[in-house]
Amino acid sequence: MAGDVEIREVAMTLHAQLPALQIVVPFMTAPLIVFFGKRETAWWLAFLSCSVSLVISYLLLMQVIGGGFISYQMGGWAPPLGIEYRIDAANGLILFLISLVATITMPFAYRSIQAEITRSHTLFYACLMLCFTGLMGMVITGDAFNVFVFLEVSSLSTYVLVAMGAERDKRALTAAFDYLILGTIGATFFVIGIGFLYMATGTLNMADLADRIQGQESSRTVRAGFAFIVVGLGLKAAMVPLHLWLPRAYTYAPSAVTVFLAATATKASIYVMLRFMFSVYQPEFVFHTNVLQILFIPLALLAMFGGSFVAVFQTDMKRMLAYSSIGQIGYMLLGIAMLNQSGVSATMVHMFNHGITKAVLFMGVGAFVLRAGSSFYDNIGGLGRKMPVTGAVIVIGGLSLIGIPGTAGFVSKWLLVQAAFENDMWPIALLIVLSSLLAVIYVWRVFEVIYLQAPNEWSEASDPPMTMLVPMIILAVACVYFGIFTDLSLGAAGTAAEALLNGSFGMAEPSLDTSALPLDVPHGAGDAGADATGGDH
Amino acid sequence: MINHHHLILRVVTKLLVGAIILFAFYVQFHGDFSPGGGFQAGVLMAAAFIIYGLVFGLDKTQEVLPPWVVHKLSALGVLIYSGTGVWSMMLGYPFLDYGAFDPGHPSHGQHTGILAVEAGVGLTVAAVMVTIYYGFGARYPHISDEDW
Repeated sequence: MAGDVEIREVAMTLHAQLPALQIVVPFMTAPLIVFFGKRETAWWLAFLSCSVSLVISYLLLMQVIGGGFISYQMGGWAPPLGIEYRIDAANGLILFLISLVATITMPFAYRSIQAEITRSHTLFYACLMLCFTGLMGMVITGDAFNVFVFLEVSSLSTYVLVAMGAERDKRALTAAFDYLILGTIGATFFVIGIGFLYMATGTLNMADLADRIQGQESSRTVRAGFAFIVVGLGLKAAMVPLHLWLPRAYTYAPSAVTVFLAATATKASIYVMLRFMFSVYQPEFVFHTNVLQILFIPLALLAMFGGSFVAVFQTDMKRMLAYSSIGQIGYMLLGIAMLNQSGVSATMVHMFNHGITKAVLFMGVGAFVLRAGSSFYDNIGGLGRKMPVTGAVIVIGGLSLIGIPGTAGFVSKWLLVQAAFENDMWPIALLIVLSSLLAVIYVWRVFEVIYLQAPNEWSEASDPPMTMLVPMIILAVACVYFGIFTDLSLGAAGTAAEALLNGSFGMAEPSLDTSALPLDVPHGAGDAGADATGGDH
Repeated sequence: MINHHHLILRVVTKLLVGAIILFAFYVQFHGDFSPGGGFQAGVLMAAAFIIYGLVFGLDKTQEVLPPWVVHKLSALGVLIYSGTGVWSMMLGYPFLDYGAFDPGHPSHGQHTGILAVEAGVGLTVAAVMVTIYYGFGARYPHISDEDW
């Protein structure tokens, strides 16, 4: 620290630096890609850094999966003043999801982007890395304002990525512009909310905020801040009345971008919303304001039925999946609104499971776009027969989207129904099942189109190249794997939900962790290692 | 289009550009003692190139500072900034802990660190400003003014 003459004896090990590296590695990749400026190098750098991120996030998740948290002080400034990265089971799981999807999307993107974009590949990969960095940063940071900064990093690069679909369809430009306007409004609301919090408490560190909000629950400033934050993040997460940007952005973005965004972007926002609701504001506050019962349950139900209902009538597979995403976000919000352990774990698990499920489906669409030129039902009729592996992968993804037992989607919907029963809300449990029936309809329509229709005679479509096929197969296997072996996802989600609902964010007993003390100078390998009681598997 | 009109403007610009760049460097390196720093210096530096471009034309500016160089510079600035952080990590300190650069006397380390970081900020800001100017300046209207 500044002005401190004490020399630190313990140098931080690589292991202790992992939280910073999680962000620094993808972040530095973006300028490196621009600096070298070669197409091949760009892809290799991006892929390499995504893989490194995946390994780091796995190591971090394994440290916190059993409970506890890791704290990292940026620049050596202790938390209430300095920026802190804080990883517990909740964000560890989301970090793992985001880096997993990014790593798997990269090989897929290679050919898909070659086919869909002709210019500026290096800038494309640089933007993708920035978007990835932003999403990871939103999730990893323990500083409220830092969340906003990373939110903007990811949003700004997302607008560019969506607009890059303009080469195939000019409407990508208006879609990106819509998203720019709405996303900026969302981010503004969020930062206004943080402003209110700062006004009431004088701090930006989430753990410190949580401490100082206590006793001020009835203050209007604190309540207005809550409203602004929920609306702002709701916009970024495409909660139902604020979802209008999503279908267009997902439809017109390049396929690889849609895969990445659909699986990660809204999830990161929902995670931040969870974090603010249950860690910064306490669950009692949220319960007391009744916002969940009055606002979230009806809106979530509207999303589940509205989104799925609109999806049934789409004629473009990509657009259909986008509307289905809106419906699926409804399930996540419903899980939050249950406000019990199984509800919040259902949300966490559904984020993970829906992430991989949607990634599979959008990859399937990407393969169709590569071979048939577009994703309209008219163009992809019968392609399941011509492209057997792609078809099979889409079937698995579709089943997981419906929630057939044995797939990932089943696990999270089951948890959600269970949470509804625990709250004695059996009509809601019934509605969850009913809305899944709508999913059956729109998924069946796809099956019908790709298998039962006769393919165009002139169509010479065949399965896409290996670089696209392998990621699809890996994710399809993951859909089944996480439907049967639920240790990793359910374990982490359970710990996460517990941590979130205790409102602790690891700071329930600050005395247990030395790094939470403001003037703890020799922070280093020692206590980060002590947190690693979760064990190295 | 721009030939030998605006004699005064061109002479004054030629005189000013050097002074602006000098002032940009002053703001850059004096930023840790007085108001200023990388961002302000970067904007000033870019202003020098932009005013040159406004008076002498985009082509002349791009002879001095081609667009591809500007792109690389904007990336280089970010690399300098984050590279400083990585350097401190390699010395066994947290990311961007400038104390690492002079463990016996951390305030000197802070000095070194902030200079390096601000150099990165200045470079990127200047490059991005110039890029934005190039971006708008290089756009030709689809319908020329005479066609209206």
